[in-house]
Amino acid sequence: MKDFPYTESKDTRSGFGAGLLELGRTNPNVVALCADLTGSLKMDAFQKEYPERFFQVGIAEANMIGLAAGMTIGGKIPFTGTFANFSTGRVYDQIRQSVAYSGKNVKICASHAGLTLGEDGATHQILEDVGMMKMLPHMTVINPCDFNQTKAATMAIAEFEGPVYLRFGRPVVPNFTPADQKFEIGKALMLNEGTDVTIIATGHLVWKAILAGKILAEKGINAEIINIHTIKPLDARAILESVRKTGCVVTAEEHNYMGGLGESVARVLAQELPSPQEFVATQDTFGESGTPDQLMEKYGLNEQAIVAAVEKVIARKKQ
Amino acid sequence: MNPFNYTPEQLHDVAHQVRRDIVRMVHAVNSGHPGGSLGCTEFLVSLYFRVMDHNPTFNMDGTQEDLFFLSNGHISPVWYSVLARSGYFDVKELATFRKLNSRLQGHPATEEGLPGIRIASGSLGQGLSVATGAAQSKKMNNDDKLVYVLMGDGELEEGQVWEAAMYAAHHKVDNLIATVDYNGQQIDGPVDAVMSLGNLRAKWEAFGWKVLHCENGNDFVQLVPVLEQAKALTGHKQPIIILMNTQMGFGVDFMMGSHKWHGVAPNDAQLEQALVQLSETLNDY
Repeated sequence: MKDFPYTESKDTRSGFGAGLLELGRTNPNVVALCADLTGSLKMDAFQKEYPERFFQVGIAEANMIGLAAGMTIGGKIPFTGTFANFSTGRVYDQIRQSVAYSGKNVKICASHAGLTLGEDGATHQILEDVGMMKMLPHMTVINPCDFNQTKAATMAIAEFEGPVYLRFGRPVVPNFTPADQKFEIGKALMLNEGTDVTIIATGHLVWKAILAGKILAEKGINAEIINIHTIKPLDARAILESVRKTGCVVTAEEHNYMGGLGESVARVLAQELPSPQEFVATQDTFGESGTPDQLMEKYGLNEQAIVAAVEKVIARKKQ
Repeated sequence: MNPFNYTPEQLHDVAHQVRRDIVRMVHAVNSGHPGGSLGCTEFLVSLYFRVMDHNPTFNMDGTQEDLFFLSNGHISPVWYSVLARSGYFDVKELATFRKLNSRLQGHPATEEGLPGIRIASGSLGQGLSVATGAAQSKKMNNDDKLVYVLMGDGELEEGQVWEAAMYAAHHKVDNLIATVDYNGQQIDGPVDAVMSLGNLRAKWEAFGWKVLHCENGNDFVQLVPVLEQAKALTGHKQPIIILMNTQMGFGVDFMMGSHKWHGVAPNDAQLEQALVQLSETLNDY
């Protein structure tokens, strides 16, 4: 098992804030809109440095999406910022009609996704957002895993023409991807080559997959680990190449198993290479209050859950 | 400068032809929304043939030209006719309205690339936000042209409209002219019966908007001066809204003033009855 050394832990939302600030410097067409969560989204540095390109919308997310769609007319590249819950479910119709169907170059940037939002509880812990967004024609869906990758993704989507949903989170997690790693939308990243099982993880679950890989190595199981930061379009080729070699797969995500990465992978395999698959994901449930670690343990989203899923899927493969 | 700059007489002729187009389009597919379309004919004809500085050679960004957004997208027949008659696309294409493989979708869309359309609309309440964003984009680009948006009166029941109203006043979006088609009718009946709008002028004024009123939006002699007045009031750190009284179904006697013709197409006999009242002025498609 490869080693993934890191020197610091940081939140992915800060990666977004850093990327946005960098975009302020490099791309004069980038504008930012926020619905009263500037500090939480780490958009304050951009706001301070580029006040003429920052728009405070107040607690009015539907209006924010419409404004952003309108600003693309004239060549602006709007980045909207609020929690993932208010970036998707609350404004699904606005995104559907004014952004996706209209093909507008809006970047919907969504923080505090999933259970790791923690103590605020289920009203804020959206576990359905990836499903909603990937269902929309024209929408690209990205869920990076650490600070560096989120920063790189933020900068990459400004160069990409079309609507994007960028999902990130609140907790501090190991910042292990190289700071200079190029972010290629739609391209899976091979983290560890293996032969016994393919673990496909996205977002915060990528680090958990690495931790699981170490435990599995001690048990003599050689896991191939793939970081899928782009859920749509999905890198089907990378998935098929890996599963052809390993014969089974575990998907891991901080999202409901319905509508998430796991289902997208299952669709690819069902069509091309039917294979045993286990889903590390929430099981069609809402979350609750608690610390991020407590919640990830209770809802089965940590390294132990991945290890258990791997052991189960390998047993199924042997049947 | 408007590329046509028509006289009231010329506007009148265009309006007659647009009304013929509307009833023929909805009749041909036995669906669509003639009532609001007929009621807003003078408004759209005024914008495209007299008031707006626009370029029928379509460019999505609309740089250095006035923009129009139709928030109440169901009155697409009038917009399609006016766009075609002002040169955005061939009038023959009006015959494809609501048919398979057409660029003229039931509600306006950009997906098929119809010139003149900059955003999809149909799901109500979104257009004011979009127009406000486009107006701010113009400001950032140092483009001093204007942004127009039309909403239905029933549409004001959507909460997003008031989010946008609050925002545009707070951010002093003063290159924006909104208009409400105040025909008093919506699908289920009179607006006052479905969901009363109360004192609409006071509501918009309380939100910080400059409010103009047009007593009869089906009369060019009244409407054009109000639109010119709205233009003259731009640039004063306040968004502008025109509350425009119209009659649903105007120009076709049996459709006038009733919500019944909101979303119903005329049958063969009714079409004939309507066309008798509307002279052919610019040739049918």
